[in-house]
Amino acid sequence: MGAAHRGRLKVFIGMAAGVGKTYRMLEEGHLEQGGGRDVAVGYMEPHRRPETAAMAVGLEMVPRRRVVYRDTVLEEMDLPLLLARAPELALVDELAHSNAPGLEHEKRYEDVRDVLAAGIDVFSTVNVQHLESLNDQVAELTGTRVRETIPDAVLGEAAEVVLIDLTPEALIERLRAGKVYPGESVGAALENFFTVEKLLALREVALRQVAQQVEAKRLVVEEPLGTRGERVAAEVPQAVGERLLALVRPQPSSQRLVRRAWRSAQRLGTGLDLLWVKPPAEAIEGEVGRQVTALRHLASVLGADFLIEESDDLVAGVTRVVRERGITYIMVGESSPPRGLARLREPLPQRLMRATPPGVDVRIVAHRGHREERGG
Amino acid sequence: MSAERAGIAVALLAGLAGGYLIARSRFGWRRSERPQRIHQILLPFTGTAISRRAVDAALRLARAEDATLMPAYLAAVPKSLPLECAIPAEAAKAMPMLEAIEQRGTGQGVTIDSRIERGRSYRHALARLLARESFDRVVVPATAGAGAGFSGDDLVWLLERAPAEVLILRPGPRDESVVSAGAGDRPG
Repeated sequence: MGAAHRGRLKVFIGMAAGVGKTYRMLEEGHLEQGGGRDVAVGYMEPHRRPETAAMAVGLEMVPRRRVVYRDTVLEEMDLPLLLARAPELALVDELAHSNAPGLEHEKRYEDVRDVLAAGIDVFSTVNVQHLESLNDQVAELTGTRVRETIPDAVLGEAAEVVLIDLTPEALIERLRAGKVYPGESVGAALENFFTVEKLLALREVALRQVAQQVEAKRLVVEEPLGTRGERVAAEVPQAVGERLLALVRPQPSSQRLVRRAWRSAQRLGTGLDLLWVKPPAEAIEGEVGRQVTALRHLASVLGADFLIEESDDLVAGVTRVVRERGITYIMVGESSPPRGLARLREPLPQRLMRATPPGVDVRIVAHRGHREERGG
Repeated sequence: MSAERAGIAVALLAGLAGGYLIARSRFGWRRSERPQRIHQILLPFTGTAISRRAVDAALRLARAEDATLMPAYLAAVPKSLPLECAIPAEAAKAMPMLEAIEQRGTGQGVTIDSRIERGRSYRHALARLLARESFDRVVVPATAGAGAGFSGDDLVWLLERAPAEVLILRPGPRDESVVSAGAGDRPG
């Protein structure tokens, strides 16, 4: 694959089948062709949808190859033929598709990488539940698990990701009109997968995914910046992509803090880290060990990361983690009233504000007991 | 000479007192807030509501015995998902319930140490929790209508297997009163 330049990948992503990804890909293929580019369809899955098939008319189809697998004839994209044809732009449907055994690659996205390496631009399509990192989440939301997945990095390689958005009601209407599946399958689809609740959840996941994609691209800083002013300016974009850190201790009262932090993380659609800054002398055994296990378990249930940073200096330990993990938001539990010489020390939130990078917010979560005592 | 000795003694005393205060302010809170081994009462539940009688009974017991109450939301993870996967949708159901129970518990001076446990079924989740933690008592509402989610078989299984005293609460005439997700958290 000795092309002088690598092809450009554009991915049309949707919340579910039937939103119009393939249709839009073909439509844009026509526009490119109309603009004078050499366009060919490497693979298209019409799904017996007349509108989609009609949109493909006028575009050159690279013939598919037939593969016999367990006495069944399967039709697959002919990668060698597409590479030999070498159009400027190839339209390749179903990025997450698994190829029949015996072909060049196991997965279609690997075929697409070969096409891009040959200097051919590619338009492709994928549904959000096929992304590896979202597979579990979507399966839990919808009760349906897809087996064909692609690594998230594949989407990261795309120069452009286009979200094909449709309201759940409009998609269900399309389904009822027989525009997505043939008549006999519509009833089952409506009962199982295509409910308004599930589609709303999927739509949210798809919107967040594309937003994160845009943000990830925006946050790439190509050269290190020198002066403090430049470094502060460089941190400004990071404030858009939130990441929460909850400071916990191995004790039951931390559970409430974790719940609060998780709900905030959910609302912001961002990741959550739980951090215990462990004094070196503190052993993880007995009741402390039990509480650490409980926190680790809770983190796993919530999809959060539980970190233990060993340090005698709480603020220094937190600051290290904040810098390493790009934290923008710290949540701390309300401290007990200070006693003795501790009264003279600056409160933890202020010390954190001073030590952490600019733009990091600190929020104090009130202790339930204290609030009750105050009558709140 | 004696005045000099008295001065040294005063300086030593002042030094010792200062050292004590520094040590107390630096390490004292850790000792006082370090969790102690405590008696535990388990209150397992499923769904988005739990019988208020069960919660109140568990809280009364916990307060009387100076025990920690462990409300545990049991989540059944479908076989299509790994058992140890994150379950945000289930967690979103559990959170307001745990918050509501904690609110009631704290109001009565009871320490609450909540859990969310995964399993292939409610019984499996309960078995995993019983294996991981030790309990002195288990309080189970037998009111399926209140969202308990335990079948008669589950209760028999619990009686046979739980290494703790099991208190099964018979449905009462006023068991339509529930602690539900609606009584939970305020937006944070």
